[in-house]
Amino acid sequence: MSKVISVSGLRKSYGSITAVNGLSLEIEQGEIFALLGPNGAGKTTTVEILEGFRNRDSGEVRVLGFDPAGKGRAAQQWRDRIGIVLQSTEDAGDLTVYESVSHFAHYYQNSKDPREVIELVGLTEKSDALGRTLSGGQRRRLDVALGIIGNPEVIFLDEPTTGFDPEARRAFWALIRKLRDEGATILLTTHYLDEAEALADRVAVINRGEIIEVSTPTQLGGRATSLATISWRDGDQFRSEKSANPTEFISQLAQNFTGEIPELTIKRASLEDIYLEMIGGIDE
Amino acid sequence: MNKPTALSIGIQRGKLEIKAFMRQRESVVFTMLFPLILLAIFGSVFSNSIAPGVTFSQYFVAGMIASGMVNTGFQQLAIMIPMERDFGTLKRLRGTPMPASSYFIGKAILVTLSMLVQVALLLAAGVAFFGVDLPATAEKWLLLLALLIIGSACSTILGIAFSHVPKSGRGASAVVSPLVIVLQFFSGVFFIFTDLPQWMQQIAAIFPLKWMTQGARSVFLPDSFATREVAGNWETGRTFAIIVAWLIVGLIWAIRTFKWERQ
Repeated sequence: MSKVISVSGLRKSYGSITAVNGLSLEIEQGEIFALLGPNGAGKTTTVEILEGFRNRDSGEVRVLGFDPAGKGRAAQQWRDRIGIVLQSTEDAGDLTVYESVSHFAHYYQNSKDPREVIELVGLTEKSDALGRTLSGGQRRRLDVALGIIGNPEVIFLDEPTTGFDPEARRAFWALIRKLRDEGATILLTTHYLDEAEALADRVAVINRGEIIEVSTPTQLGGRATSLATISWRDGDQFRSEKSANPTEFISQLAQNFTGEIPELTIKRASLEDIYLEMIGGIDE
Repeated sequence: MNKPTALSIGIQRGKLEIKAFMRQRESVVFTMLFPLILLAIFGSVFSNSIAPGVTFSQYFVAGMIASGMVNTGFQQLAIMIPMERDFGTLKRLRGTPMPASSYFIGKAILVTLSMLVQVALLLAAGVAFFGVDLPATAEKWLLLLALLIIGSACSTILGIAFSHVPKSGRGASAVVSPLVIVLQFFSGVFFIFTDLPQWMQQIAAIFPLKWMTQGARSVFLPDSFATREVAGNWETGRTFAIIVAWLIVGLIWAIRTFKWERQ
């Protein structure tokens, strides 16, 4: 597996405020990697440094083997291989979806077919609609279309589904998985933990400019091995126990009952529980 | 696959800019018709001759053509670019392999087309309704062409440079438009320049619009009128020198201050 993105010892301050404080991470080819963290944790600064929008104070950064702070022709060739989907934009209101997408195709050497990309993001019926007539979700899908038209090897998605209804989010997730399956590496920032859980191969939790942990969504914060909470009804009393060995606990518990254990539930910590614990419950 | 050049992408951008511009009907009509409305008002109010064989309309058309360069270049871009910065257009473009120069080539194409349409409309209306005389000789036409090319280039570059001054896209028009209107008054667009107070003339002489209007007068007014200019002649050399100087100032200013992102 090759490292598509590697960051080590990244630091960035704005005046006396340290936004990123010695952050390191590595992202492999073909994975969806989610960056989670509260507002002001340093997510956006980190991603913007990786995208080449911001300069760093110190540390090593490579995206596809290239330093995003680089300039000139090499930087332009590098931009040809990455795709960026920014946070909300409202430009190109007086152009149709097809005009915008097919125009952006001119920027890239190896662009995809505009019609195919529009189909992929589900905007075929809106091809000839002006940008300003699109709904929020359609607008966001146009942003994605413009981000992927160049057939990028790395895609940056900054809070891609903010303001989506549940159905649109699921359709969007399917689209992102499809891009991953076609070989793209995807770095996603999100506020939504269910989004990270549904999409990401790995997640990094970032707070106060540092990475707290990098793991898979199911194992983050020792989630897979955390104590399970077993609850049931015993007569007219509700009971609840924590156990490291829930299977054994339940098989013993079952002997106290004939048939079903009334109102049995087994619950492990949700990603949200783990996350809030990790960042000290300061989100929102 | 052939690598697209900065110029070919710039031309594509120019087409796109024009397409988007034409779709903003209200602003197209307003931008293009407003100078004609002014011409109709001033041409009707001041129907007298200001010198033998020179009507006020003739004098005013020269000033409005110079203003056209400022409106379509400086004013249009100094308002449009801050809005595009707010909308995220510029940041998005910065994230693509599009060469930065292509963006500016696209804007220059938009300015050139809107300037040419504006000048053509002014001349057509002037000739049709206000007895304006077109330049009589090939030399005068060539001088007009040179003035439009250099003047528009200067105006375009200064618009790009000034685009970092307005703090937001929403407020850009409130900063830029009054500046242009005041400059038009000072530069002898609405009144005969030599009738203005000395101090106004001196301030105007710092800025390029005064020189553009004077250059346009040298095209549209008979050479006999040159004696009534401030220096007693057209000062064609100085006119071009000052406009080019502003062009260079604008270029350095733009390169040093242009921002692709809202701060």
